[in-house]
Amino acid sequence: MEYVIEMLNIRKEFGNFVANDNITLQLEKGEIHALLGENGAGKSTLMNVLFGLYQPEGGEIRVRGKKVDISNPNVANDLGIGMVHQHFMLVENFSVTENIILGSEPTKVGVTNKKDAAKKVAELSKQYGLNVDPYAIIEDISVGMQQRVEILKTLYRGAEILIFDEPTASLTPQEITELIQIMKRLIAEGKSIILITHKLKEIMDVSDRVTVIRKGQGIGTVTTAETNPNELAALMVGRQVTFKTEKGPAFPAEETLTVKDLVVEDYRGIPKVKNLNLAVRKGEIVGIAGIDGNGQSELIEAITGLRKVKSGKVLIHGKDVTGMKPRKVTQSGVGHIPQDRHKHGLVLDFPIGHNIALQTYYMAPISKSGIMDYNRITEKAEQIIKDFDVRTQGPHEPARALSGGNQQKAIIGREVDRNPDLLIAALPTRGLDVGAIEFIHSRLIEQRDNGKAVLLISFELDEVMNVSDRIAVIHDGEIVDVVIPEETTEQELGLLMAGHADKDKKGGKHSVE
Amino acid sequence: MSFLEILYFIVPSAIFYAAPLILVAIGGVFSERSGVVNIGLEGLMVIGAFVGILFNLLFADTFGGMTPWLALVAAMVAALLLSLLHAVASISFRADQVVSGVAINLLAIALALYLVKSIFDKGQTDFISERFARYNVPVLSEIPVIGPLFFTSVYNTSFFAIGVAFLAWFVIYKTPFGLRLRAVGEHPMAADTMGINVARMRYVAVMISGALAGIGGAIYAQTITGDFGHATINGQGFMALAAMIFGKWHPLGAMGAALFFGFAQSLSIVGSSIPVIQEIPNVFLLILPYVLTIFALAGFIGRANAPKANGKPYIKGQR
Amino acid sequence: MSNRVTNLLVPIVSVVLGLIVGAIIMLVSGYSPIEGYAALWNGIFGDLYTIGETLRQITPYLLAGLAVAFAFRSGLFNIGVEGQLIVGWFAAAYVGVAVELPKIIHLPLAILAAAVAGALWGFVPGLLKAKFRVHEVIVTIMMNYIALHVTNALIRTVSEGGDRTERIFTSASLRSEFLENLTEFSRLHMGLLLALIMVGVMWFILEKTTLGFELKAVGFNQHASEYAGMNVNKNIIMAMVISGAFAGLAGAMEALGTFEYVSSKGGFTGIGFDGIAVALLGMNTPLGVIFGATLFGSLKYGALNMPNAAGIPIEIVEIVIAVIIFFVASGYIIRLLLLRAAGKKKEAK
Repeated sequence: MEYVIEMLNIRKEFGNFVANDNITLQLEKGEIHALLGENGAGKSTLMNVLFGLYQPEGGEIRVRGKKVDISNPNVANDLGIGMVHQHFMLVENFSVTENIILGSEPTKVGVTNKKDAAKKVAELSKQYGLNVDPYAIIEDISVGMQQRVEILKTLYRGAEILIFDEPTASLTPQEITELIQIMKRLIAEGKSIILITHKLKEIMDVSDRVTVIRKGQGIGTVTTAETNPNELAALMVGRQVTFKTEKGPAFPAEETLTVKDLVVEDYRGIPKVKNLNLAVRKGEIVGIAGIDGNGQSELIEAITGLRKVKSGKVLIHGKDVTGMKPRKVTQSGVGHIPQDRHKHGLVLDFPIGHNIALQTYYMAPISKSGIMDYNRITEKAEQIIKDFDVRTQGPHEPARALSGGNQQKAIIGREVDRNPDLLIAALPTRGLDVGAIEFIHSRLIEQRDNGKAVLLISFELDEVMNVSDRIAVIHDGEIVDVVIPEETTEQELGLLMAGHADKDKKGGKHSVE
Repeated sequence: MSFLEILYFIVPSAIFYAAPLILVAIGGVFSERSGVVNIGLEGLMVIGAFVGILFNLLFADTFGGMTPWLALVAAMVAALLLSLLHAVASISFRADQVVSGVAINLLAIALALYLVKSIFDKGQTDFISERFARYNVPVLSEIPVIGPLFFTSVYNTSFFAIGVAFLAWFVIYKTPFGLRLRAVGEHPMAADTMGINVARMRYVAVMISGALAGIGGAIYAQTITGDFGHATINGQGFMALAAMIFGKWHPLGAMGAALFFGFAQSLSIVGSSIPVIQEIPNVFLLILPYVLTIFALAGFIGRANAPKANGKPYIKGQR
Repeated sequence: MSNRVTNLLVPIVSVVLGLIVGAIIMLVSGYSPIEGYAALWNGIFGDLYTIGETLRQITPYLLAGLAVAFAFRSGLFNIGVEGQLIVGWFAAAYVGVAVELPKIIHLPLAILAAAVAGALWGFVPGLLKAKFRVHEVIVTIMMNYIALHVTNALIRTVSEGGDRTERIFTSASLRSEFLENLTEFSRLHMGLLLALIMVGVMWFILEKTTLGFELKAVGFNQHASEYAGMNVNKNIIMAMVISGAFAGLAGAMEALGTFEYVSSKGGFTGIGFDGIAVALLGMNTPLGVIFGATLFGSLKYGALNMPNAAGIPIEIVEIVIAVIIFFVASGYIIRLLLLRAAGKKKEAK
């Protein structure tokens, strides 16, 4: 069999940390080859080595059988390797064409020839069925469209081998379907694809073979048709994984959180949450399922007082907290695990102890008439570090130095320790490994069993299905339906998330409120 | 004095004051469009002014009427070299770009005065003998209204500055270099993945800003002051920075703002001989450009106008 | 090598490198660096008078350094210390000449006026940053020029067309006979004590108070601070106001101690910009500011002796200061070199 790319025994170090240790990946011509691994396993590092952004410390790369030295992305481009980045590498205020030609601009007497370039972009777009407007400005087009621009960037440069880095992370189900079609079309036109992902379902759907890596180590390559999700998961994690989180039945009582006809706008005045109604009761976990960007962030920020409410009401225990400052909302009995722990959850340059005190620093016993007692912070931090199994050298270690999982445990410890009646957990497991995910899920369920209300926001269907007692599906700023996990399927949820609500069913067996 | 006469009096003087500001502000546009904040413009202007005057004094006898123009070249080279220091610190050494700019400003004035004292044994240089000359543009100055406004007793340097502004617009918006420059200032990592050498683009941009600021400083010294001392530039570089912001980081916008600030400056100087304006306390005209810039920033210039990656060092492999 | 040690080494290495660059420049331009630095040394420590004057020079540097450092710790870059100092200088001098009161009222009132004026000058950029997210660097630069022109105009008004005010009443003066006698009649004044107290105040605010906890949190991460229920806008304004007050006090040192009047200015005093150097060298800590102010204040005053004693222009010291700022700002590369040197040593062992 002919290999278009061979990465043999690749080793990449960052200081003392070995990100890639003896990894081998061989890509056959015309195949879709999945690269599977947990977050932080070293997938992106490996691909950045292939793309010339990093130089490996060991091993060799062969392209079409010839040994190559990929010292920068230009070399990769010349070898026909193109990368579709997870975080799109697009200049937002440039047009599609400008983004595509950047770095290899056609010119006419020294002047950028955008007209001819746009024509070529339009032709490529047509050839691969991408339907992209060459003159559109990036910030005006959808995420799915932006991804196609990324694909066009590689095709414009004549890429034969395309690397897709977690391409479905922020796409709607239809967009995912369309992407899969695009990938198949690319293969039909003679291209080869490496697909980086940690989603087993995607792998089973599109890939021909899978290479698994774990904690920087190459585990092996298997043929997709000869394996199954359970086996892949075990290879990825290194032990048997039960996908089902264990939990007993819920005993919901009175409403803790009530959201009534909530309308929230973004900074441009465009409504992101539209007349949304939602209730979370004592002793239950309500999961919000939806694609990124359908109003989840705005909803949470509105509930917690971080964003202005246009109209409607937010009640905690029947008490109106609409438009209150974040601190007032917190004091009404709300705990909040924010979706971006580095941006909102932690002051990374503070010691982890200070971070654990971030919601209580202003109150006795830590603060008395404006004077801090840092010893109290240390005491409190030590207790939470112990209770929540935060692996750290101690309260004085900077938060930045902790791993993602331990940072998240510290945040959860901080929020849960205050014993809030309502715990809001936004993407609490994003970017974490399986062990940390299991720990966090069990803590959420423990809160529920202690008679608290839990609101879980997640983009991962598995997580919503496993942890929630009820699932509210959000689409375009509205709750389109509320379903019971045991009575629904991922397909049904996917349709709801895409906005295909069954109108007859809406408000039927499970009322939204 | 009739209204038109007042205009004939003020407009040429406004353009005359604006010319150095235009050049330095355009320099700022190049640097900041590439993502490097350059508050060292003031210092770069200082070095330009000093070297321009020094060259003029040393070579006036050799080159005669050409001296001021050749002095611009010398000033350009000197300021370009100084700007390299800012580039090295803020691009390669990841220094805080504002701090590095402050250091450039301190260094430039100190170095220039140190050399003035070493060479001339006093606090300022002698006066130059070969200045840029005012002249009336043949034919064009005969046109009614427009002639006296724009083509009578003008400096060639003014036309040069306006020409540079249009050239800068062309380069930044019409050429591959300009596309790359803007990409590097907006999203350096995207540019990097497209094979553009981010550091090299930024170096070039900072050097262009140094070159233009040097020329601007030398024009200022050779048209307005005629010698060099500690107060020669005195804030012109910061006013150019204000013009760049006021012009929303656009070369032609910066030129417009510089013309307006030049107008305000000339009013504060020649205004005392104009009725109505002489009633206004001078201090209001002096602070006008600064106050307007603050209002503009609070009002119509949003964060959206500034290059997104402005002021941020680009570190490979870091999101 | 531990992080702490490298952090301490960066400023020290920078100072040494700065002095070396200064020596090279002196050498190249035909002066003797040894004579130059000897003159500098004598200019600082020559006799009791120069020591007194050096301490006098350090005083405003302490406060200007505190002003910059305090803003830095809250995540703000206050380049406007110069302007805040100028308005503080004017305000203190104005209160000093406008009324005559018992010293126990007059002196504190004049000092307070300076602090308030500086605070007000810091309030504007703080407010604009809080309300409109306007970058404080640009606004404070503009505010510097506004301060310069406005105080000049006010001085002209107050002095009825002159270019300096009367001398302040002795009831508003910081001068102390005791200190003057101690230092052979230098202009050393009680302001030094005030400046040192303010160092303690900054330390107390940052390390002991709840406000300090919030200011530091906002300085590091505004989003997380807002999430934690802090009023970010209030903290930004607060930081600029306190920073401005420190800067205003630096002006009071000149108005009530060193000069006892205010005169109109053709350009900036430079103290505010040197304050940036002080804060950077001191790594924005209160103790570090004492170190930085002592160094730069000494250099600045000692340099005055260089033209007479060695024929070298005083600007050589400004060059050295600028170079030191470069090196401190480029701490990343110095740290890298230090670590590499330490690594080599380890290998050699």
